Amino acid sequence: MRITVDPITRIEGHLRVDCEVEDGKVTNAWSSGQMWRGIELILRGRDPRDAWVFTQRICGVCTTVHAIASVRAVENALDMEIPLNAQYIRNMIVAAHGIHDHIVHFYQLSALDWVDIVSALQADPQAASSLAQSLSGWHRNSAQEFRQVQQRLQAFVDSGQLGVFGSGYWGHEAMILEPEVNLMAVAHYMQALEFQRKANQIVAILGSKTPHIQNLAVGGVANPINFDSQSTLTLERLLQIKRFIDEVGSFVKDVYLIDVAAVGAKYADWTNYGAGVTNYMSVPDLPIDTRGTEFALPGGYISGGDVGTFRPISSYHDDYFRDGVKEDAKHAWYENDAALHPYDGETEPHYTDFQDDGKYSWVKAPTFYDERVQVGPLANVLCMYAAGHEPTQRYTNLALETVGSIAGLGGPLPVDALHSTIGRHAARAVRCAVMHEALGDQWSRLMENIGSGDTDTFNRPVFPAGEVRGYGFHEAPRGVLSHWIVIDDGKIANYQAVVPSTWNAGPRDINDAMGPYEASLMDNPVADPEKPLEVIRTVHSFDPCLACAIHMVDPDNNELVRVKAL
Amino acid sequence: MPTVVLGLGNILLGDEGVGVRVVEALEARYDLPPEITVIDGGTSGMDMMDMLAGLDELIVVDALRTDKPPGTIVHLTGDAVPALFRTRISPHQLGLSEVLGALALLDEAPKSLTLVGVAPLDLDLGMALSPTIAAQLDPLVERVVADLRDRGHQVNRKRHA
Repeated sequence: MRITVDPITRIEGHLRVDCEVEDGKVTNAWSSGQMWRGIELILRGRDPRDAWVFTQRICGVCTTVHAIASVRAVENALDMEIPLNAQYIRNMIVAAHGIHDHIVHFYQLSALDWVDIVSALQADPQAASSLAQSLSGWHRNSAQEFRQVQQRLQAFVDSGQLGVFGSGYWGHEAMILEPEVNLMAVAHYMQALEFQRKANQIVAILGSKTPHIQNLAVGGVANPINFDSQSTLTLERLLQIKRFIDEVGSFVKDVYLIDVAAVGAKYADWTNYGAGVTNYMSVPDLPIDTRGTEFALPGGYISGGDVGTFRPISSYHDDYFRDGVKEDAKHAWYENDAALHPYDGETEPHYTDFQDDGKYSWVKAPTFYDERVQVGPLANVLCMYAAGHEPTQRYTNLALETVGSIAGLGGPLPVDALHSTIGRHAARAVRCAVMHEALGDQWSRLMENIGSGDTDTFNRPVFPAGEVRGYGFHEAPRGVLSHWIVIDDGKIANYQAVVPSTWNAGPRDINDAMGPYEASLMDNPVADPEKPLEVIRTVHSFDPCLACAIHMVDPDNNELVRVKAL
Repeated sequence: MPTVVLGLGNILLGDEGVGVRVVEALEARYDLPPEITVIDGGTSGMDMMDMLAGLDELIVVDALRTDKPPGTIVHLTGDAVPALFRTRISPHQLGLSEVLGALALLDEAPKSLTLVGVAPLDLDLGMALSPTIAAQLDPLVERVVADLRDRGHQVNRKRHA
């Protein structure tokens, strides 16, 4: 039997997953997406200093992410140094955005794959509160708060307007949490709506505006630092940021991390599904020197799921990263099948129909030294773990111990359990906690550096005659993002963005090796092909973002997920 | 009376970005009272939640898919509006309907909701509006200004704009 899950309504094939299912298991899979491949056409001939303003419009979710990668690409081409204050301010934006994004992903975008809203209505709030208090010291786990959440939820259900909860597979046999766990999760879902806002307010203060930050510049940031002037980054604003950091931190550590562990413990089966491609790549991020050779967070490459194989990517000038990346189009709708380096990337469309053995996606297949790789928080956490990054090891061990304790395993879950659908969620929560600690650290570094009398935030870029090339990488919430720029006489000659979801959502490559989404779906259980909740769980665990960011109102078509079983 | 005028759309895709162009023009041409905030929302979702919480009025300007000819201006208010924003672009992206739904869950949804939409002609890659839609820019701005004035806001044309 073949099932097609096509989550996109307005744009056919925006992200579509096809699976063959035999005897209740996935036996073959195809990931087909529509990916933005046009930014180079907008940017060609423009001033490289303006590129970030346009690239942050590529995606409605990853605005700051594309802005950061873009300025880094131009700075790399010009071999620039960036003032420390600018690095720290950018790093705080990166970290705060990542925290916001991870909280939203778990609670608002994927928790409802595991948590049954309707079941929460049957829960005993007192028992739910006792359960929550046994897991964490969070101050908002009271029976009173849980009772209010339940009443609010009941009112929503009674009104017939499920709104944000309208699309869930409530009552599906693969939903196994007790009503009390469901109620706890719903309460935290609502609290998450509050706390992700606080994380985003940090971005807004530093970026001058949100959703599109205004403060970046090739060569630094446009935030003048002056503790005496109201129009600049003042002490008052920095202290306000610190308050937000502290508030968000309690939620990440006492709620998000614990909830993920609880879901992981209850759905322990899901440590057996969804591994897929276990070559992992992440890039170092949060540079703490002016040249991008030292980073707060390490990155690198792990082969075959073995953390012992870790090889670091050490700097913005590391040829190991630059020379390893290629994209091919044997199974993508472009003319040239060949595996090409991003500097030489081609995007001449060649649409065929959806051909199982031929071309079936607009997404190209990227490879790293000819291997398929998985990117994202799991890759990031495993690489940082392998690199000996202390906070990552601490939070990973804490998560694994918490799962072990809730599941009554008599010890922590092994690290290898992370190569799985539920492992990607756990790793994202770990990364969120690590990012939070890093955010506090960057704040302290900024305060200290300003205190030492350094208020520099910008170095002026100088463009040479002739051609220069550069790349900027960024460990974005969904994984490795790289922008590649060719500059000729100070104007953009070519520009390519290799986005995280390309790595994960790409089709089979030139050697017919499956991409990470595809490989991860193999052997997934499917209890009811009409309601393939299990397929959605695994795809959602990657936090798929193929948003080419079109936003047109469509009054005729309100369908959210279309499922077709043949 | 906190009020937001929110322009939505992708400015890289021709007429798709018309909502953003309208709010840019609104800010450039008019002096707005302090209770009104103009937001260029682009294609974002959850990032906007904080700015859209606890409003008295939300006016959304966006391209609108409709059977009517390109350039047709559509003006909707009330309950008809949120349902229009339910189409989700990707399994990741949360659109305006999710943000409004989330705000409703927290009892912070806008008290009044207005959509000023226009049917686009050309959604191909490019920064410019098509001539058909560019010709509607002024009427769209004026429609928003009329909405604001109808609700008692002091909105005055800037002297040299």
